[in-house]
Amino acid sequence: MPDAAAPRPSPDRPVDHVFPHRHLTGIYGLKPWEISFLLDEAEQWVALNRGRTKHDDRLAGLTQINAFFENSTRTLLSFEIAGKRLGADVVNMAVAQSSVKKGETLIDTAVTLNAMRADVIVIRHEASGAVQLIADKVDCPVLNAGDGRHEHPTQALLDALTIRRRKGRIEGLTVAICGDVLHSRVARSNIIALTALGATVRVVGPPTLIPAAIERMGVERFTDFDAGLEGADVVMMLRLQRERMAGGFVPSPREYHALYGLTPERLARAAPDALVMHPGPMNRGVEIASSVADDVERSAITEQVEMGVAVRMACLDVLTRGRRGVEGWA
Amino acid sequence: MKPLAIIGGRIVDPAGALIEGGILVVDRRIAAIGHFDLPAEASVIEAKGALVAPGLVDLGAFAIDMRAFAAGGITRAALMPDQSPPLDNSALVQRAAAAGKPDVWIHPLAAATRGLEGHELAEIGLMKAAGACAVATGRGWIADSGVMHRLLSYAGALGITVISHAEDAGLTAHAVATSGETATRLGLASAPAIAEAMAVARDLALVEDTGARLHFRQVTTARALDLIRAAKLRGLPVTCGISPAHLFLSDMAVTGFRTFARLSPPLRDEADRLACLAAIADGTIDVICSAHDPQGPEAKRLPFADAEPGMAGAETLLALSLGLVRDHLIDLSRLFALLSFNPARLLGIPGGTLAVGAEADLILVDPDAPWRIDADRMAGAAGNTPFDSLPVQGRVLRTIKGGQPVG
Repeated sequence: MPDAAAPRPSPDRPVDHVFPHRHLTGIYGLKPWEISFLLDEAEQWVALNRGRTKHDDRLAGLTQINAFFENSTRTLLSFEIAGKRLGADVVNMAVAQSSVKKGETLIDTAVTLNAMRADVIVIRHEASGAVQLIADKVDCPVLNAGDGRHEHPTQALLDALTIRRRKGRIEGLTVAICGDVLHSRVARSNIIALTALGATVRVVGPPTLIPAAIERMGVERFTDFDAGLEGADVVMMLRLQRERMAGGFVPSPREYHALYGLTPERLARAAPDALVMHPGPMNRGVEIASSVADDVERSAITEQVEMGVAVRMACLDVLTRGRRGVEGWA
Repeated sequence: MKPLAIIGGRIVDPAGALIEGGILVVDRRIAAIGHFDLPAEASVIEAKGALVAPGLVDLGAFAIDMRAFAAGGITRAALMPDQSPPLDNSALVQRAAAAGKPDVWIHPLAAATRGLEGHELAEIGLMKAAGACAVATGRGWIADSGVMHRLLSYAGALGITVISHAEDAGLTAHAVATSGETATRLGLASAPAIAEAMAVARDLALVEDTGARLHFRQVTTARALDLIRAAKLRGLPVTCGISPAHLFLSDMAVTGFRTFARLSPPLRDEADRLACLAAIADGTIDVICSAHDPQGPEAKRLPFADAEPGMAGAETLLALSLGLVRDHLIDLSRLFALLSFNPARLLGIPGGTLAVGAEADLILVDPDAPWRIDADRMAGAAGNTPFDSLPVQGRVLRTIKGGQPVG
């Protein structure tokens, strides 16, 4: 992607800023001010979504296809609401109804979606790199809604927005990302986004669930949960998939909860006003105790969901500005 | 058949240095080397200063790809048993052995176990009689140590070399990359590089116990090469090979989910790559092979983990390997030992030498000719090269098998 359109490297967003990326396949490759720009853009949608008339027509006439090759309820719903609130015609393509089951290749599916003249395609796929593969073959913007263990950029953006609104800043905070980092695209996108925005990031979890050479991504690695939580400003818990609890990576859900479950006692090691986050859906009683998840003072979990819609509206808006002929973006 | 005279060349022989002059071929065999009286009826090829070298003997191609072999200067190719169906009986071996004649000779490697499944010994003795020159475990390692022990004892008694793939299957289950920064950033399932040394260590212990000859087709890590270096010092009958990919690329080449760089074994980190180059220089590595495995877009234009491993390597084998000479790591005669003489001796087949009386399998090479590797313009069955668009030097001008020009 040409960097020529990028503004001077300043954390302050210049007035004539143009987001120079055609797709959003990951946080990797975004400059810090580009991430901040998307967060700034999302603020107006938070306000709109809290009003009575949650509607804007700027995407009217555009077709948004949500192609979800992997099951999802929450993210799909969030993208659908985001598109509809901006006035787009939103179509969902779920894997159960698709021809992927009949052996069609991903490239053929991409070409088919392209031929239907989609204006923006949102993709979730279980294979790392699958979204990039599709983005290379279509003419319209592609938004990654999660590809394998690789990236989930809108989740990182909504997490960053949540932190920024609750804490007033991201720079200088210590964020502990805890749990199954190995299989987590949420962790990877958050590591890239939060380190870019100046946070100190720790990854905390059992050694079997921490990927090799993770330090090379600019984070500190902890296998002792208590040590990893010490003084943290934000505690971001990750979901542990059921199939990984039964001896493959950790001995049992019971042991996992005993060693790596976030309880009120454990949380006391973090900063007094530490924020608790979780991308959902939660395994209550496994990675997080209900009393922590439901503590309105500490938990930002429902706010994350709210920010999710706003951030996705911002991404849909920004990525389609070129084809909508918005001045300065065409 | 008329005699063939190649004149005005520089002759490379694995046994020695460059000789100015030519080669006379009579009745498919080399009749004279250097300076000789040109027979009146001979057809003449002017080498114009090109290198005249033994045809390459490729130890381990996954497909019979005649155009790629001819373009790459390969006159004999050992065919991996990983065919459909696997080469696990004498009829299939016989058929494969006949497939390439007369242009490029195919030397089938017998499947070590039935269906290459790693459980029951295949009919190794009968396949040997049908023309198999070695047995191979195929793309995979034999996980069951009991099976591997029996295989080595049995093959050892038959005097046939076993060719093994060295990656511990428990560690590499589901893995598509080597553990490290690149795999972590991309979110790819990975296995630690130590998987190779673990497999090599077990197999070396079994060699020590059985005395059988074992060749590791590709060894790509510092620790595994250390084990082999030590085993050779102890006098164990062990050899190993590598492909240019592991000599010139690290796992960084996978960045961007480039499926052409999805290989088996996977690309390693930079420290291991440098250890491989050192092992070429100190003689630990005996063979450079193409690992030729052409795969079309239906197998490669997929998400990384869903794509098949393997690369089209036959056409680029010599040009890439010549880089080792240009970098003063080895000299030309050692290069052709790695590409031709050693694999021929290991398989017990003719070739690899330009001695008088030897079969006239030879190539003419311009070692300096520049060209650019282009995945879209390969002569072979597919263009899945991880070296796409790399500028290289060294062109095969002619490939001659048994005195007859090929391709």
